[in-house]
Amino acid sequence: MKTLEEICNIREEKRKELDLRVNTNATTREKHILVCHGTGCTSSKSPKIIENFRRIIEEKNIENVRVIQTGCFGLCAKGPIVIIRPEDVFYAMVTPNDCEEIIEKHIQNGEIVERLLCKDVDNTVVKQLDELNFYKKQKRIALKNCGVIDPENIDEYIAFDGYKALEKVLFHMTPDEVITEVSNSGLRGRGGAGFPTGKKWSFTKMAVGDQKYVVCNADEGDPGAFMDRSILEGDPHCVVEAMMIAGYAVGATKGYIYVRAEYPIAVKRFQIAIDQAREYGILGKNIWNSGFDFDLEIRLGAGAFVCGEETALLESIEGRRGQPRLKPPFPANAGLFGKPTLINNVETYANITKIILNGAEWYSSIGTEKSKGTKVFALGGNVNNIGLVEVPMGVTLREIVFDIGGGIPNGRKFKAAQTGGPSGGCITEEHLDTPIDYESLQAIGSMMGSGGLIVMDDSKCMVNLAKFYLGFTVDESCGKCTPCRIGTKRLLEMLEKITEGNGEEGDIEKLERLCSNIQKASVCGLGQTAPNPVLSTIKYFREEYREHIDHKECRAGECKALMKLHIDPELCKGCGLCKRNCPVDAISGDVRQTHVIDEEKCIKCGTCITKCPFHAIKS
Amino acid sequence: MVNLTINGRKVEVPEGTTILEAAKKANIDIPTLCFLKDVNEIGDCRMCVVEVEGRRGFATSCIQKVEEGMVVKTNTPAVIEARRIVLDLILSNHDRECLTCTRNGTCELQKLAQEFYVDEIKYQGSRNKHEIDDISPAIVRDFNKCILCRRCVATCKKVQGIGAIDCTERGFASTVSTYKNKSLNDVNCTFCGQCIEACPVGALKEKDSTADVWRALRDEDKYVVVQTAPAVRVALGEEFGMEIGTNVKGKMVTSLRHLGFDKVFDTNTGADFTIMEEGTEFLDRFQNGGTLPMITSCSPGWVRYMELNYPELIPNLSTCKSPHQMFGALIKSYYAEKMEIDPAKIYVVSVMPCIAKKFERTRDDMQGAGYDDVDAVITTRELARMIKQAHIDFVNLEDSNFDDPMGEATGAAAIFGTTGGVMEAALRTVHEKVTGNHFEKLEYEPVRGAEGIKRATVNMNGTDVKVVVASGLKNAQIIMDEIKSGKADYQFVEIMACPGGCVMGGGQPIRTSKERASIDIRSKRANALYTIDEKSTIRKSHENPVVQKIYEEYLGEAGGHKAHELLHTSYVKREKYKLDD
Repeated sequence: MKTLEEICNIREEKRKELDLRVNTNATTREKHILVCHGTGCTSSKSPKIIENFRRIIEEKNIENVRVIQTGCFGLCAKGPIVIIRPEDVFYAMVTPNDCEEIIEKHIQNGEIVERLLCKDVDNTVVKQLDELNFYKKQKRIALKNCGVIDPENIDEYIAFDGYKALEKVLFHMTPDEVITEVSNSGLRGRGGAGFPTGKKWSFTKMAVGDQKYVVCNADEGDPGAFMDRSILEGDPHCVVEAMMIAGYAVGATKGYIYVRAEYPIAVKRFQIAIDQAREYGILGKNIWNSGFDFDLEIRLGAGAFVCGEETALLESIEGRRGQPRLKPPFPANAGLFGKPTLINNVETYANITKIILNGAEWYSSIGTEKSKGTKVFALGGNVNNIGLVEVPMGVTLREIVFDIGGGIPNGRKFKAAQTGGPSGGCITEEHLDTPIDYESLQAIGSMMGSGGLIVMDDSKCMVNLAKFYLGFTVDESCGKCTPCRIGTKRLLEMLEKITEGNGEEGDIEKLERLCSNIQKASVCGLGQTAPNPVLSTIKYFREEYREHIDHKECRAGECKALMKLHIDPELCKGCGLCKRNCPVDAISGDVRQTHVIDEEKCIKCGTCITKCPFHAIKS
Repeated sequence: MVNLTINGRKVEVPEGTTILEAAKKANIDIPTLCFLKDVNEIGDCRMCVVEVEGRRGFATSCIQKVEEGMVVKTNTPAVIEARRIVLDLILSNHDRECLTCTRNGTCELQKLAQEFYVDEIKYQGSRNKHEIDDISPAIVRDFNKCILCRRCVATCKKVQGIGAIDCTERGFASTVSTYKNKSLNDVNCTFCGQCIEACPVGALKEKDSTADVWRALRDEDKYVVVQTAPAVRVALGEEFGMEIGTNVKGKMVTSLRHLGFDKVFDTNTGADFTIMEEGTEFLDRFQNGGTLPMITSCSPGWVRYMELNYPELIPNLSTCKSPHQMFGALIKSYYAEKMEIDPAKIYVVSVMPCIAKKFERTRDDMQGAGYDDVDAVITTRELARMIKQAHIDFVNLEDSNFDDPMGEATGAAAIFGTTGGVMEAALRTVHEKVTGNHFEKLEYEPVRGAEGIKRATVNMNGTDVKVVVASGLKNAQIIMDEIKSGKADYQFVEIMACPGGCVMGGGQPIRTSKERASIDIRSKRANALYTIDEKSTIRKSHENPVVQKIYEEYLGEAGGHKAHELLHTSYVKREKYKLDD
């Protein structure tokens, strides 16, 4: 147990000690080797890198060097990432075998290991993180500590203003003042729907109940989205602290965080954070003699996407099948165990401490008129810089894809970007300059969603894309209500029919009609938004649907059933390579004679295309 | 009160009323499928969607409560289109073999398809295929017909407190299933059959025994005797469009003769024997320090529930067989001897309001006379089916009486068919035996009525006898936990598996969700039984001359050796789940 005074002392001392993490001019003899220990870099052997660094340092008996495991730096495409502080030298795609060289050259002799420096998309070699275009337009609020501190060390969190916001609310603010501050900041739910956070807090505060709960939704499930995971892995205490502030504001003494079991590192670090906070007396009874009690528990999700829907999540915490409840009543009035409950997602909470410390005015100065602050996106797909980016609301999609993301690889053309995952829609070239905020995205038929942003080039078929997302929804529907359970299945079957070349006149209209029904008649958000990928691809790529149906053609060449391979007699030299490599003997022809593909036999595997040295095989 | 507008009409309803109920008050019908009042209020089928002004998407009228000034539209083209598509989707994943379905004509989905004039399934697609579970002797599950309304799940869990079935899998693969997808036979199902009563379609049904009965009737060598339970006569008429609660005893007996049964007897006579035996057993336990409280054993669903869940309390269970089993044993012993018929040739058919009786018949220790006491059990619904097959004009049949010599029964026996009836009948006999007095006032009001649990104290010669009556297995659980924990000091307990007793048994005519919401079916059927009792000349079992005669001539003493051999049985501990695989 630590008193508030002791915590303040830790903060002061630790902050001095860790100045080199954020200050390149820090006067210190120490060096910190920061190694990303997020999920991406971990799977590329970053734990082995940490182990090697530590072993070599010990073997060589080097003093004043520490190896720190941090959360995600964001540029996952270049992982594993190693950064040396205070000079802030950034090494990309480091392997365990590079450790010796980094220690010998950089740490012992002060030379930069040039070959491990990162190259930007334009091929310029970059020494420091901030010099990368990837970081230039970013603004890190929610991810502030990610990549800076050791997430498993509470002292490091405390050093960077940790638990200072809690102190501020407990001793200098009333619950109403906290809610007013959050309301005035303009913060909106980062889980996808964008409901004003302050309003949610105020509803829960006003609700009558002998017990109230604060819940954190960490059941991040959109394909390609991993911002919540990164926050929990890189800065778990900021969520603990925010949940406590929320508890104080709404009058709750108990919190639950619902994390998917597929996030083992996040779960582990969050549990460590809870344990450390309890040990320090930050979680528990009568915290710092303020009279405020609060404790937290983790609940693991068992792999159902629908449990990210707030009421299904509550059902699951209560130990039942994860199925949504009908609203109203809303969780603010009757939530967990029937009690008033506040539910926010991880990223929403990650903004709270900063709002409390810097004020609503500061926060609301960032972003657009109706969407304040920043948004974290998980940038993926056909884009050069795959990773996690945090940008102020209002930047354009073009800036994210081309400036931050470094554009489309392999010289291909941008075709569309999908935001909002399976609940969202696609954004086309013509809308690339739309400023990113809740309303603008909705106006063009997509949605903010939780922050997955998948970029697609012209090799992607839009009918196939809709089919992919529908396949996901069909798998993840809980099966409770008819439109979602059967309706999405029928949509998927119709899309399959179209991509297999069996589309008929009237199918598009039939799709639209069913989509509209599913949107309006489904019980929860999952069903209500499930048709969005279909509707938005029909809206922007109706022509492509028509081609599939009317001409049995897929311009992107993704729908194999529609692919017709033929050999261009002008180019074929009769070498026989294609014939020898065809797995189903669909190609015939004599040596030095033009070869022919038997369409009946061809399975469209594409082997012949890759084997033909003369590019004679066309689809 | 809350004021709202529905389809332009002003409606005033109490706070807490749902949109569905408010609409009904204004004579506006909203279609439903998954809704079962007070049981399944989950709004998942989406048939009841309506438009509420100012609200995004549709409102779920079966659950959502009215609000002041609400403007509701129940039949706009958009609403009708939405319902039409929902119905289309449900039908697209439904085994539409309506002509060969048990529920042809009584199916709620079929009715909606007619009302919506569904002439084509627009969204055809793949269908889930399920194996039919017909392993148990009582219930058949055909999930190719299931529409996932979950009325059965809620009934099993919320009404009966059992939870033998629940949803598994998710999305399109969702299905109602049992523990490890085993047959109902091998899980904690009690065969109460309340799930069948709740099912809007033909996914759940009784194991049909009419074919066995027809075969016996065709067999020249067989002497086919039929007996009918008290609750059947006040419900059978419903199958022929008659008013709920009509006593059709006379027509029923006539129709059974038309069907070709050699003798038509009344299970009520068997019930009088049950009172004689159970009363005697109770007095013996009460006066000689036996295991108390004694719990009735007439309801086979309840008996199975007890064997599954409270095997340690089996000594408390009366060893008496249920009335139809007792009666079957007497037919194959006393009656066979008296009429000089080879009991091996006698085929006893019981017409019961019950599903679990089909299972009870197959239990061990149900062969009092060396032969199965009962050879076939058919439900009220199955009897109606046979009458329809035979094209008997049931409504216009003349009345006739049960056959002698086993046709005489008391009013006490008639009320066996409703919750509290067995207790009341037993008290009439026990009370007189203890006090030696003759009572004129026979109605024990505290054990009558709709409540799930009824407690009363009866003073007999200065000694208080505490009794409790429970119906519905969720209520039974409350009583059993009281007994198990030692909190209760009851001496006599009556339990019926089905809420309301046999009149609401799993084998009774199935009423739609809408009827169940608006009509007090239990009271209507139960009142018909109380009327039979009231009008009976003999209202106490021990005064039944047939009963007296058979004890005198054949059985000897109630509770005596011969009576035990024929009329009592034994119980076994059952595993809830077989953990073998």
